[in-house]
Amino acid sequence: MVNLSNLQIISTRNRSAIAIMVLLIFSLSCLANEAPLVAEDPVLEKRMLNLAENLRCLVCQNESLAGSRSDFANDLRREIREQMQANKSDDEITAFLVARYGDFVLYDPPMKSTTWLLWFGPFIFFLGGVVTLIVYLKRRRSQLQNSPLTDHQRRQIESLMEVSDKNKDQSA
Amino acid sequence: MTRFLMPLVIFVIVVIFLAIGLTLNPRQVPSPLVDKPAPVFQLQQLHDNDKVFSSNDNLGKVWMLNVWASWCVACRDEHPLLVELSRLGIVPIFGLNYKDQRDTALQWLKQFGDPYVISIADADGRVGIDYGVYGVPETYVIDKEGIIRYKHIGPVTVKSLEDTILPLINELRG
Repeated sequence: MVNLSNLQIISTRNRSAIAIMVLLIFSLSCLANEAPLVAEDPVLEKRMLNLAENLRCLVCQNESLAGSRSDFANDLRREIREQMQANKSDDEITAFLVARYGDFVLYDPPMKSTTWLLWFGPFIFFLGGVVTLIVYLKRRRSQLQNSPLTDHQRRQIESLMEVSDKNKDQSA
Repeated sequence: MTRFLMPLVIFVIVVIFLAIGLTLNPRQVPSPLVDKPAPVFQLQQLHDNDKVFSSNDNLGKVWMLNVWASWCVACRDEHPLLVELSRLGIVPIFGLNYKDQRDTALQWLKQFGDPYVISIADADGRVGIDYGVYGVPETYVIDKEGIIRYKHIGPVTVKSLEDTILPLINELRG
């Protein structure tokens, strides 16, 4: 039994060693990627990165085109750079990308009929909450005002008061 | 009773929304190119560098453009299906060899079969950008007027062929 459990420990150790090796191999392949082009024009590069910062990479969806190391982002950065060299405005380049990849490339979604729910949804929820709160408070107030004590409740109170009076007398 | 029912109802609604959200595929981004004219391109053919293929050559017929690459693992999944489809001769399939090297691409076709009428070499991926390619394999169905009617992202499956692509092609043929 002891031997068996030892064996199991070794095999899990081996497994983690393999996992580490696999990770190392992948990290090497990252290094092996082509070094990104160093821009000849730092001003243009800065303008490109500024624009790419607000565009989503479709391959690594949680990264911007500026930050992603994927091949896809590399290609699109090249495309943006070239279009900037051709004196295209930022809006023209954005329109070029939206025409190909859809609004999804934009981190800032445009206001249009399909995105109204996205833009106004939170306000609708907020309004709904406020209305519910007001209705609830009003109903509670009217319930409080319109509930005089019944005879039974009055008698209960009186008897309680008597009891407490007696208690006071006793302790005095 | 309603006191306990309301939280339950809200909980069920939240669960339904989460279930829908979690089963959506974030990689399936609807393409704005569907129902728009397919971008026109002229590129060298993969098999013969001297020959140029123009997308305008296909005006007047319904065709499929399949974006593939030898480095693309998922392309191997769908490839037997494309080979079978080309063997049946239902629809001409054209291959856009995306960001690939000629030698390895040709070798790949030799190894796995060549379903393409013509393969076109898009070595630097520029035509890919025009077609909004971001995940290979991708497949486009283009009609007689040269308009993109459908875009399939990821490997084509038997189900997607039978349910969507083939009925669409039949309809487009008219």
